[in-house]
Amino acid sequence: MLTDTIKLKYFQGKQYIPDIQNAPMRSQFRGFPLLKKCDECLVDESVCPTGALKADPLSIDLGKCTLCGNCKCDAIQFTNYYKLSSTDRERLVITENMTPDDFEKAAIQARKEIRRVFSKSLKLRQVSAAGCNGCEMELNACSNCNFDMGRFGIDFVASPRHADGLVITGPVSENMAYALEDCYKSTPNPKIVILAGACAISGGVFQNSTKLNREFLDKYPIDLYIPGCPVHPLTFINGVLDFISKK
Amino acid sequence: MNWVITENNKKINALDIPTISTEEIRSDIEKMKTRVVGFFGKQEFDNVRLYVIAADDKVGKLYITSSLFTPEVKSYESLTQTIPALHIFEREFYEEFGIEPLNHPWLKPVRNNQDAYPFFEMKGEDIHQVAVGPIHAGVIEPGHFRFMCQGEKVYDLEIMLGYQHRGVEELFLKNKKYNNRLAESVCGDMVIGYNMAYSQAMEALSDTQISSKAQIIRRIALEMERIAIHIGDMGAIAGDMAYLMGASIFGITRTLVINTMLEISGSRFGRGLIDVGGVNFDIDKKMSEKIINMLNDVAKTVDRTTNVMLKTPSCISRMERTGVVNQETAKAIGAVGMAARSSGVDIDIRFDFNDKWYTSLDVVKPFRATGDVHSRFKLRYKEIKQSIQIVKKLLAKLEEYENEPVKVTPNTSLTPNSLVVSMTEGWRGEVIHVAITGSDGQLVRYKIKDPSFNNWYALAMAVRNNGVSDFPLCNKSFNLSYCGNDL
Ligand code: SF4
Ligand code: SF4
Repeated sequence: MLTDTIKLKYFQGKQYIPDIQNAPMRSQFRGFPLLKKCDECLVDESVCPTGALKADPLSIDLGKCTLCGNCKCDAIQFTNYYKLSSTDRERLVITENMTPDDFEKAAIQARKEIRRVFSKSLKLRQVSAAGCNGCEMELNACSNCNFDMGRFGIDFVASPRHADGLVITGPVSENMAYALEDCYKSTPNPKIVILAGACAISGGVFQNSTKLNREFLDKYPIDLYIPGCPVHPLTFINGVLDFISKK
Repeated sequence: MNWVITENNKKINALDIPTISTEEIRSDIEKMKTRVVGFFGKQEFDNVRLYVIAADDKVGKLYITSSLFTPEVKSYESLTQTIPALHIFEREFYEEFGIEPLNHPWLKPVRNNQDAYPFFEMKGEDIHQVAVGPIHAGVIEPGHFRFMCQGEKVYDLEIMLGYQHRGVEELFLKNKKYNNRLAESVCGDMVIGYNMAYSQAMEALSDTQISSKAQIIRRIALEMERIAIHIGDMGAIAGDMAYLMGASIFGITRTLVINTMLEISGSRFGRGLIDVGGVNFDIDKKMSEKIINMLNDVAKTVDRTTNVMLKTPSCISRMERTGVVNQETAKAIGAVGMAARSSGVDIDIRFDFNDKWYTSLDVVKPFRATGDVHSRFKLRYKEIKQSIQIVKKLLAKLEEYENEPVKVTPNTSLTPNSLVVSMTEGWRGEVIHVAITGSDGQLVRYKIKDPSFNNWYALAMAVRNNGVSDFPLCNKSFNLSYCGNDL
């Protein structure tokens, strides 16, 4: 039996992605959108389920965008570029002719002390506040053997008392509002707040629901926005790494 | 008997649905020996109409009737007293419309959990309560569990949900356009199951005929979703037994499946794949080969790992006789889906409701019925193997329809005054969507029933008389949805 077990392990070989920061992404992935003027197509805002798409001037708000591809046309193309995070809500709005490089240069501006304090170790408490389990499954995947986020000292922990910050998913339902704030208050200072997924950032496809209570997000400072629906593990890990690592 | 007879995904004239008394409903259900899959209200001016949908799995038929409550009538005699499986449906109906099922044994909130919740309490020496949640230790959705224990032993578990309530049923009514993106997000671990149920409902109401090719691709995706999640769940069960090699290997094996899904649809979970009118992405010859190769690799690894695990005494002893739900209990409480099949209740929408793409495949129904964690683990293994066979056969079939379009432009107007029941067997079990249109062809009611709506109670039954430390393992072995329940 022991030999079976050893064989099984051997059979798996190495599975981790060696260089997470330059990990290849399949070409079909819908990531960073490239927008350009096009006289042929009339961009129709109403195809967008979340109001992320604006036709005049042409822009896509990654904080609302589910990267669903409904709006794909000659003017709007999706690249497989996955580093979509930003420390600034406004910067998530992608405008005409913006390239991934333009975006990346300005997207993450973390305070010095964040890099000083958290660059080697960041323990996060995740709170699902009406997240659909899409973002939650992808955050779980961050810790599997492929992505192995733990090697960078970034882990999800069980107790907010021992966490350095919160990662919030979901549009924050009325029924979760209290527990979310309670969890935030139980986390010692200094702490950070990360919003993961279109729902957390803007309400996503649920933004018109009357059952949400997003007051928490206005009340407390947000440090990092990580777009996606759901967030891809590479988007999440790279977003956090760019946020905490010393440049 | 006064019920309209229909089939899965077949629209009926809503005005043909008879109005009978709740007592007639009770006696008819008992006589017909059917299973209730829909029991929900709809406001009709000042009145409330209660729709009841019963399924006969043996012949693949659906029966629909209704009962009308005028504003003066504020109660009726609870049906749960004689049909226990209705307990949660009646609670939901009461919560939404304020019409009380008299003498309901357990009339508690379903989603309104912010006021004081009347937990069941035991008194006595040595009895203690354990409260867990809404926020749990891992990265999972919120819910509250209250255990009544004596020492290590659980006497009773009560599950209070509702934290995930986003009002999705109303959101479907607010949208004037088709909204597949919302359908995908109701329950994000069953993207394909939900989107398929929604799309089929809309296609039936709008008389849109989709291509055979699109139908096949949808089912391939549905089975791939089942394979991926089942593998992930087997890993999670291994993880909760602290058998980390199982957790690691199943985890990375699941990645292979969802990364192939990404190559098909641009999303690891198949978001954006299905729209009303068909699918947005084709599976060509090259992709088809890729899928087959991937599935062969996956099958090999799953086989090897499962075999090693099931030969490991420490795994077996942890799973066997833990969290038992026997067949009788599963039937009585109306368990569905893979949880029910693990307890020997053989229901499966794919095969029972004349889906020609499934009934034309000669694959055996998996079956294993001890009702414990071991049984749910093994059933997953069998279903993975079965689904791999199904995908391969569907891929072969796909070639016959090579020249068909993947998508047609759907009609945008829905038939007025109609009702359709759309059922899909997702990996967790039956996803049931019911859509009703008004006289102007707009949706006036959208009702969703997730398999978890029935099955949460099965989990509560499973942990009785188990150690409290067995709870995480039992919970993982069901892997129920909070979102699907809370909507
Ligand atoms: S990809 Fe983004 S911007 Fe385009 S339709 Fe979808 S949500 Fe809207
Ligand atoms: S952003 Fe998308 S995947 Fe994430 S919780 Fe919201 S709907 Fe689900």
